[in-house]
Amino acid sequence: MQWKAKVEVTLKKAVLDPQGAAVEKSLQALGYDGVSQVRVGKYIELNLEANDREEAAARVEDMSRRLLSNPVIEDYSYVLQEAGL
Amino acid sequence: MKFGVIVFPGSNCDLDSYHLVRDVLNKEVEYIHYSEKSVGRRDVIILPGGFTYGDYLRSGAIARFSPVMNAVAEFADKGGLVLGICNGFQVLTEAGLLPGALCRNHHLQFRCEQVFVRVDNNSLPFTLSASLGKVLEMPVAHGDGSYYAPPELLEEMKANDQIVFRYTDQNGDVTPQANPNGSLENIAGVCNRAGNVVGLMPHPERAGEKVLGSRHGLIIFKSIISYLTGREVVRNV
Repeated sequence: MQWKAKVEVTLKKAVLDPQGAAVEKSLQALGYDGVSQVRVGKYIELNLEANDREEAAARVEDMSRRLLSNPVIEDYSYVLQEAGL
Repeated sequence: MKFGVIVFPGSNCDLDSYHLVRDVLNKEVEYIHYSEKSVGRRDVIILPGGFTYGDYLRSGAIARFSPVMNAVAEFADKGGLVLGICNGFQVLTEAGLLPGALCRNHHLQFRCEQVFVRVDNNSLPFTLSASLGKVLEMPVAHGDGSYYAPPELLEEMKANDQIVFRYTDQNGDVTPQANPNGSLENIAGVCNRAGNVVGLMPHPERAGEKVLGSRHGLIIFKSIISYLTGREVVRNV
């Protein structure tokens, strides 16, 4: 069965995000008042083969921990859906 | 005494390291292709600078799964000397062979300039020829060099004397101005717990000849050679 995983990788709160800070400044310069806490992360989309949701989730967890994120500085989250939906 | 320099796709300081070891230090050195499953019988493995796999995802994140990295981990586990320079440092942190991580420079700029670093641990095979607090001038050239470790890890590293180099001014004072990338506590280089794996962002291999403006990088290589020579002598007794 084909699954689609949408993985989001974000810097941990304690880690400085210079990209987010630069984007925030730029948004404020454009006149968007009250914008704060801008954080830039990564979005990774992938299809994978697995027999059921549980197996698909376990594989996405594994790849998120080992490669897609660096647990020292980043957190990850994901949504899983049947591919083609 | 044999040096090996790993060549990953996208390494670009492999030649600099090779040149320094062969032509300046007159020691045996060979390239090791990233697809190798063994590092052979070598005494020192250098992971050079560059942009492995285009720095995609994170610097060093993909290179650390190269076939040769299992061999590097085994080599390190047995006490072999491993030196990661710049991107090589990033690969070693991604591989978990060194603590912490290297993040985007806080000013978002790529920095290519001479810096000063202070030797904060001179009891390692990589630094034993330097006096404690010795200030070395070396170049940096990176966009992702901001060192980070979570607070509890940092405390553990301090307790184990794992912070090897700090960015300082010419006099050896840790100042915000001397920090080229926003590294936590001006950290420029660290070691593993056992002290046989070291990584640093500055380039000692590019500071080994007068024509390059500084020869301070030689201290690191000469330390390694002294350490290994001493060991060979002991081994021969």
